Amino acid sequence: MSQYLIRRLLVAIPSLLGISVVLFTVLALAPGDPFEELATNPAVPPEVRAALRAKFGLDDPIFVRYFRWLAAMLNGDWGYSFVSRMDVDTLILQRLPTTLVIIGSSQVLALLIALPVGVFAATRPYSVFDQIANTLAFIGFSLPTFFTGILLILIFSIHLEWLPFVYRADIEATGWRWLWEHVRQSIMPIAVLGLFQGAAWTRFVRSAVLDVIRLDYVTTARAKGLPERRVITRHVVRNALIPVVTLVALQMPAVFGGAIVTEQIFRVPGIGSLLISAILANDTPVIMAVTFVFACLVVFFNLLADILYGWLDPRISYR
Amino acid sequence: MAEGALLEIRGLKVHFATDDGMVRAVDGVDLSLGRGETLGVVGESGCGKTVTAMTVLKLVAMPPGRIVGGEILWRGRDLVPLGPAEMQKLRSREIGIVFQEPMTSLNPVYTVGAQIAETVRLHEGLSRRAALERAVEMLRLVHIPNPERRVHDYPHQFSGGMRQRVMIAMALSCNPQLLIADEPTTALDVTIQAQILDLLAEMKARLGMAVMLITHAMGVVAETAQRVVVMYAGKVVEEAPVRELFARPRHPYTQGLIRSIPRIDTAAARKARLEAIPGVVPSLLSPPPGCRFAPRCRFAREICTAGEPPLREVSPGHRVACVL
Repeated sequence: MSQYLIRRLLVAIPSLLGISVVLFTVLALAPGDPFEELATNPAVPPEVRAALRAKFGLDDPIFVRYFRWLAAMLNGDWGYSFVSRMDVDTLILQRLPTTLVIIGSSQVLALLIALPVGVFAATRPYSVFDQIANTLAFIGFSLPTFFTGILLILIFSIHLEWLPFVYRADIEATGWRWLWEHVRQSIMPIAVLGLFQGAAWTRFVRSAVLDVIRLDYVTTARAKGLPERRVITRHVVRNALIPVVTLVALQMPAVFGGAIVTEQIFRVPGIGSLLISAILANDTPVIMAVTFVFACLVVFFNLLADILYGWLDPRISYR
Repeated sequence: MAEGALLEIRGLKVHFATDDGMVRAVDGVDLSLGRGETLGVVGESGCGKTVTAMTVLKLVAMPPGRIVGGEILWRGRDLVPLGPAEMQKLRSREIGIVFQEPMTSLNPVYTVGAQIAETVRLHEGLSRRAALERAVEMLRLVHIPNPERRVHDYPHQFSGGMRQRVMIAMALSCNPQLLIADEPTTALDVTIQAQILDLLAEMKARLGMAVMLITHAMGVVAETAQRVVVMYAGKVVEEAPVRELFARPRHPYTQGLIRSIPRIDTAAARKARLEAIPGVVPSLLSPPPGCRFAPRCRFAREICTAGEPPLREVSPGHRVACVL
């Protein structure tokens, strides 16, 4: 098992390198650089701009710049944001916890909805509960998060004035009050992301459970005299979870993508909104670093899925 | 046979609601089974023998299935009105069942030991450890080599025949008084089939439970059963002790079944073609009027389609549902 883990981590290295090459090349080929705005500033003479470009090595060939970036990265130097005037790693570390908390809680919420509702609906197919759950799930995953987000803001922030509609990182209060404020402002982004994912997963859990529930070994479990509850939890759900885990892990990139949009709507100062503002400001080092962090997270979740997969299904062996 | 019978099914009707209408899968089945007896239930695919067996333990999905009529007397108590909790107490503890498909009947994510132990712990309240020991014991009983080690293996590490042995071990782990074996050898190779039948006979001799052996192979019945019930299109058409049935089959369907057993001696001697019963099993959505076998019966007369022939006793213990 640990041997498998080590090998998987070693395999992750070339894939991350490959990702970084592609990212770097695309960013280098894209028009614009951090000094673009200096060009429009009449106070900065063109010679100064050229000197700056030369100083930061922006005129070197792409591969030279890539290896310089890679070497710096390996030394723990993530680069410097020209726009925010701070190191990229501090910038990311400032933003990452918020994103992880929001995404993490929303995924937990999604699972808390999808598992019980999906299983309950599948054990009573075509019942009233199943029909209602199906309809709601269909609506839920048909509505994009930028729509439901604005809808929620309209209802809960503007009409009812229950929740703040801008997420603030600089809450002065301390202790319980600080926590309360954070919970209040996190509710809507978490709900929007969580309900969207939950709706999609509910349908998936339902069909996975329906696939398993008619299998012979479920009848065997009933023939043993197990109570129906135990048949479902121990024999059905455990097996139905195997494909669900794959889906959840494979959807992680999409989840991060969706989080970028949601963060933008609620002005959550997370890594997604950092990426958007960096792109708008042509802040290449930040764009590079953030996309690279996303890539690492995706690779990590795939690894996690493989491990969970093997834990759920003994037919898969780590060799 | 009726007095003191372990299991007695009277007029059982199980119907299934489908989009096309009611499928009358089991339509008035009577049979009984004494303590320690082996009863063979024979018939073609779709004749209702599996549904009958599954209904005894109420393992038929309801809906779409429904017990429309009849009684299932288990040691004198009718199982039809019992609720799920009472049925659960009965399953495995009093009536064990082995299914047709050993490849899919075991849960792939648990060790066979855990699956056997689960049954024992549920019904006998043993500790985890004692239950696992019982699992080892059961595996040894069904002749699985290295049971102490194999108990920790997963189903995919066993062959089909071995899995069927595990299924038998599981069904017998709580020492039931009746074992229902629903085509236990159909999915297996011929050589393995014989081994499993031998194992069932051995288990019966050792543990003394009654066996209800469901099969479509007349040969299997001849080897193992004491009494045979022949089913056709959801009904019992003939019932007799096994020797009597093979010596004097009264129902044309039974005669056809016996003639369709491939025999090495006759085939080699006369190069005769294997006899088959013409036609197919009638649709159970709208069974033909009168005797359901009449459309395929070479002796059919007008009287056959007039009304359903009742089971009548032709000699002690030999009953047949045919006007002839």
